[in-house]
Amino acid sequence: MALKIVKGSIDRMFDKNLQDLVRGIRNHKEDEAKYISTCIDEIKQELKQDNIAVKANAVCKLTYLQMLGYDVSWAAFNIVEVMSSSKFTYKRIGYLAASQCFHEGTDVIMLTTNQIRKDLSSPNQYDTGVALTGLSCFVTPDLARDLASDIMTLMSHTKPYIRKKAVLIMYKVFLKYPESLRPAFPRLKEKLEDPDPGVQSAAVNVICELARRNPKNYLSLAPLFFKLMTSSTNNWVLIKIIKLFGALTPLEPRLGKKLIEPLTNLIHSTSAMSLLYECVNTVIAVLISLSSGMPNHSASIQLCVQKLRILIEDSDQNLKYLGLLAMSKILKTHPKSVQSHKDLILQCLDDKDESIRLRALDLLYGMVSKKNLMEIVKKLMLHVDKAEGTTYRDELLTKIIDICSQSNYQYITNFEWYISILVELTRLEGTRHGHLIASQMLDVAIRVKAIRVFAVAQMATLLDNGHLLTGNMQRNGICEVLYAAAWICGEFSEHLEDPMQTLEAMLRPKVATLPGHIQAVYVQNAAKLFATVLRKQEGTTDSLAAQETSQLLIDRLPLFVQSANLEVQERASCILQLVKYIQKLQQKEVEVAEEVTALFAGELNPVAPKAQKKVPVPDGLDLDAWINEPPSESESEDEKPKAIFTKEEPKHTRPRHTEVDEKELARRREARKQEQANNPFYIKTSPSSQKVYQDQPGVEHIPVVQIDLSVPLKVPGMPMSDQYLKLEEERRQKERSERKKKEKKKKREKHGRGRRADSGPESEEDITPAHHVDIVTEEMPENALPSDDDDKDPNDPHKALDIDLDNLVSGSASRPLTDNEKLPVRTHRPAEAVKSPVEAGNGESATPEPKKKKEKKKDKERKETPAPPADASAEVAAGSEPEEESKSTKHKKKKQKKEKEEKEKKKKKKHHHHHHHHHHHLHSADESVQNGTVEEEEEPLPPMSNYTLLGENSYIKMVYDVQGNLQDGSQVVVSVIFENKTDHFLKSMEFNVLDSLNSKLQRPEGSSPHDGLAVPFQLPPGVSNEARFVFSVQSIVMPQKLKGTLTFIVKTEDASTHEKLDFKLHFTCTSYLITTPCYSDAYAKLLESGELKSSSLKLEGVIMPFHHLLARICFHHHFSVVERIDSCASMYSRSIQGHHVCLLVKTSNQTVSIDAKCDEPSLLGNVLDEIKHTFSQC
Amino acid sequence: MIKAILIFNNHGKPRLIRFYQYFAEDMQQQIIRETFHLVSKRDDNVCNFLEGGSLIGGSDYKLIYRHYATLYFVFCVDSSESELGILDLIQKMYEKVCLSLQVFVETLDKCFENVCELDLIFHMDKVHYILQEVVMGGMVLETNMNEIVAQVELQNRMEKSEGGLSAAPARAVSAVKNMNLPEIPRNINIGDINIKVPSLSPF
Repeated sequence: MALKIVKGSIDRMFDKNLQDLVRGIRNHKEDEAKYISTCIDEIKQELKQDNIAVKANAVCKLTYLQMLGYDVSWAAFNIVEVMSSSKFTYKRIGYLAASQCFHEGTDVIMLTTNQIRKDLSSPNQYDTGVALTGLSCFVTPDLARDLASDIMTLMSHTKPYIRKKAVLIMYKVFLKYPESLRPAFPRLKEKLEDPDPGVQSAAVNVICELARRNPKNYLSLAPLFFKLMTSSTNNWVLIKIIKLFGALTPLEPRLGKKLIEPLTNLIHSTSAMSLLYECVNTVIAVLISLSSGMPNHSASIQLCVQKLRILIEDSDQNLKYLGLLAMSKILKTHPKSVQSHKDLILQCLDDKDESIRLRALDLLYGMVSKKNLMEIVKKLMLHVDKAEGTTYRDELLTKIIDICSQSNYQYITNFEWYISILVELTRLEGTRHGHLIASQMLDVAIRVKAIRVFAVAQMATLLDNGHLLTGNMQRNGICEVLYAAAWICGEFSEHLEDPMQTLEAMLRPKVATLPGHIQAVYVQNAAKLFATVLRKQEGTTDSLAAQETSQLLIDRLPLFVQSANLEVQERASCILQLVKYIQKLQQKEVEVAEEVTALFAGELNPVAPKAQKKVPVPDGLDLDAWINEPPSESESEDEKPKAIFTKEEPKHTRPRHTEVDEKELARRREARKQEQANNPFYIKTSPSSQKVYQDQPGVEHIPVVQIDLSVPLKVPGMPMSDQYLKLEEERRQKERSERKKKEKKKKREKHGRGRRADSGPESEEDITPAHHVDIVTEEMPENALPSDDDDKDPNDPHKALDIDLDNLVSGSASRPLTDNEKLPVRTHRPAEAVKSPVEAGNGESATPEPKKKKEKKKDKERKETPAPPADASAEVAAGSEPEEESKSTKHKKKKQKKEKEEKEKKKKKKHHHHHHHHHHHLHSADESVQNGTVEEEEEPLPPMSNYTLLGENSYIKMVYDVQGNLQDGSQVVVSVIFENKTDHFLKSMEFNVLDSLNSKLQRPEGSSPHDGLAVPFQLPPGVSNEARFVFSVQSIVMPQKLKGTLTFIVKTEDASTHEKLDFKLHFTCTSYLITTPCYSDAYAKLLESGELKSSSLKLEGVIMPFHHLLARICFHHHFSVVERIDSCASMYSRSIQGHHVCLLVKTSNQTVSIDAKCDEPSLLGNVLDEIKHTFSQC
Repeated sequence: MIKAILIFNNHGKPRLIRFYQYFAEDMQQQIIRETFHLVSKRDDNVCNFLEGGSLIGGSDYKLIYRHYATLYFVFCVDSSESELGILDLIQKMYEKVCLSLQVFVETLDKCFENVCELDLIFHMDKVHYILQEVVMGGMVLETNMNEIVAQVELQNRMEKSEGGLSAAPARAVSAVKNMNLPEIPRNINIGDINIKVPSLSPF
């Protein structure tokens, strides 16, 4: 044995530590992978050793290798081993490795639950800290559920170091286990006012994260945050709170009004740029939320804009960037105040920093107006010419198009100008946005009827010069515009001046080098043009010319018939045959133009992009059903034909099988792409190949052949957009002078009156469009479904956290935590009590559903109840109007204090039996009073619940509660909270009970009936924890008492003493009842069955509102309300052995009468006695 | 929330990676490469924000980075974090009066005494431990540098008191030395004294 250890140490000597490994890797630059693989082999050897130090060292090295991209999940079990080492050094290594490589799919995680729990309750705060840190990275839903209550306990730990970590990790727990939010929230809220700034900041952090996703649930915290904001000096906390207010104000404009002043003060006073920036941001949010104008708002906006201008003018690029970012927020609601800084923003376009240029571009988007659109676009066009790097140039291009086309071309006064801008953009070499320009051309030409003549002329020139655009065709996305040009020329060919010339241009042999889908459009539209040409020529009775035209087509089309592209081939051969036939007819001197034109008659209307989606599904049509047998997987789908007539999105293809789910589609698409990529015969369409090319890293470095633009595309007859700008200015000048003249006339007419200073900047309305345009709106199907398309992502984990917390904190319709909302506390599970997870799951999932409904019902009922007594209503009002409270915080505080004192007095009178409460429970009770709801007391949270004192001495205090076991009719669960009252460590606690014939403590298999049960934790000084013990009972009709003893060791610095505490466990009959919901019809049937024995009870002098009384019965005696009418209510509960207990509760003049029915009279008698006892104590 | 913290050098070699959301190892490496590609082509005198890469995050996420000598410190954060606040966290910059906002880098500087890339290379674990005191589970845990340094030092002291990880081999060496190998056979020869051998292992 000893030799083995010695041998181990000798081996150990030769191990590499992390530093050696790093050094080794650095020395093996050439064969790094090989070196690392030998290292991994060594590590595998080390992990096989028993020595934990060796293992820890190996795991440490693995963590490093993980960073280099090596999968180390195979060592997960060893990591768990190292985590469970008792030494902090090794434990820390283990947790670090776990946090780097564990995730929800790691199966050994489930082995860690107990280890983590042990570490969480470790006396060493750093063990706890390390465990919390690690857990925050790999918490799973299971871990969250199992450890939630342990972590919640740690939130009240004595050490702030632990408290802050516990508070912070709760957010992760909420995400994984949303049910924990409601029970944990009161304590979380309490931590907002923790004396330690670190803990406070952690709590603020968590609540801000929560509120960001579901702000409306946190509105009631606004007064508290307001207080924090005015008192805190921690900038980090301030930033968080101010950001939070930014999220809250849109929901509560009154809050915004309150905020403006303190925020403005902060803006003026702070020197921290980060804080200043966030203040400005929130003020902007406030101003946005206050739509109706308050007189002094313009001042706030001016202040913000001013401060932002300072930021933008700063030499620090970060501030410049953020300034622009914030500016764009103001822009949305107050465009005028930003527009005055146009010069500054245009300046930013020249910045060397691309991020800043992009931000400035964003801003410009919102700054355009009818007046300045042309000017801004002109500037942008200049930048397009100057821009280096295709990415930025492409960005500019899309922005220009976005700016012009925004809100249905609202700002465009002159569409001729816009068309020429688009045509100019086609000069861009190497852009991948050809299709974007194309779709704009199509859109404008189709929807703006007045522009068609001009557009068609422009497109014809484009087609004529098409070869210029296709210089570098394969890489060039710009040839997409030819698609648009050809379509426009064909569709609106009646506007063409010289259709013959265009027809010729479209049938040039060079066209055959264009991508297939464009050729197809060429061919189709050549046919349309042909029809137009025929008409013109036949009109002039020049039959020879018409025949020549036919001959032209017959000569040229065979080129396309040979095309490799199916679409082109098919169309070309069709049309070729058609033309041949026409030619025959022409030779017989038959007039055919009419018929040929009829082929293309009718107008195509623009359809809204989402129109298809909005078509209502007819009744009885199941879109998810297969129409025919699903195709086999292996069937290789042909590439879908490029959509020919889609105008909006030429690239859009509709999935053929809508019923196939997205994933499947993605998979197939991937497979198809792969197939296509590997198929040498597959001709890739240019847009997609363009994409692939773009996705490769480092596109910028690939030399792009620059076309010599010294000979610009200035084709005769093609107007430049600049001309339009000049023309437009002249036009406006003219208009203005005319207007002036008129005004002068007017002035002359009414001289003497106060003179208006004229020639100020003309307002929006003054600008009239150059010529009237009628923008055709896109068509929608009849009775289209109104739908919001921006549904939230259903997978968003935060959706589950949208939990109403208000009624936990305040509000009259409060909903107490129900049993199934309580955090699961670990129980010891006796062997026979363990159920298969499926069974247990069934049991759990079966109950909550009806329960929830019940809850809602209860809520409603409570809402309907008459106003609570005077003192309560006053406080409730205070709770529901947070602004008021903040208005006069000081005053209110005093008042609150007074009220609180009063409350406490009352409470003392009312609840004698509550004074045994566990200290932190008392704490939350206090808080509920502070929040000002009396109901909180009547329908308390579980912590201030039925726990009663079990035993107490100078070392330890135990309180307990007994609950029936939902899953097993012969069991009850006793939850005992142990509280360490000393400054010492309590350990080796053992819980033992003297079994009676009727009731027995469930012990693990194999132990004798006299053995005690070890309490599964130790208690550090001042800490409390809860353990559960299961008892089996036979008869439940009588209350029971069991004697028991708790033994434990008190460990002081120099000695440890053995101590014990005797106690008596009292099983009331109430504790055998389980809150079970019951519907009124079932309830009526039950009563009608006549199998129930009845009994009754009268209580005198009960001074409490009826709903309080009901809540009390519900809470303390596990009943649920079935129905309530005025001052009469029926209630129901069920025992663990299935006895039905029904109550009819009536009240009048301080007298409460309870008529009860149950199928077991002695049980009923005892329950009634207990109810009486409860009320005799108030 | 902070989604990831990456430290890599001018050649894109990772020095510390900390993801607060699970990515498989190869994905992590891809993210590092992409981030490096985005960040490294930027001049030093441009702003420190980047609209997130395609792999990590999306529109809601931003890359906030700083470049020191040979190292890039990159935080990938969502909109709940204050941009300048995170920069503060990386290094105090925009704070002139309030000293409570502090820094990861300055803490490193304190803990390693003039931190340089080599420190990070050889003590990745220690850097992680320091980072753990600043950011936990994607949320900022502590911004008070003194508090961070104090906690890190306390834990280091604790490790030292346990003998640390490196002490184990040292002890093994001394154990071997104490064995005084030539004597062992002699002891065995004597026969009844060979009970001594077990007492040699001070483990």
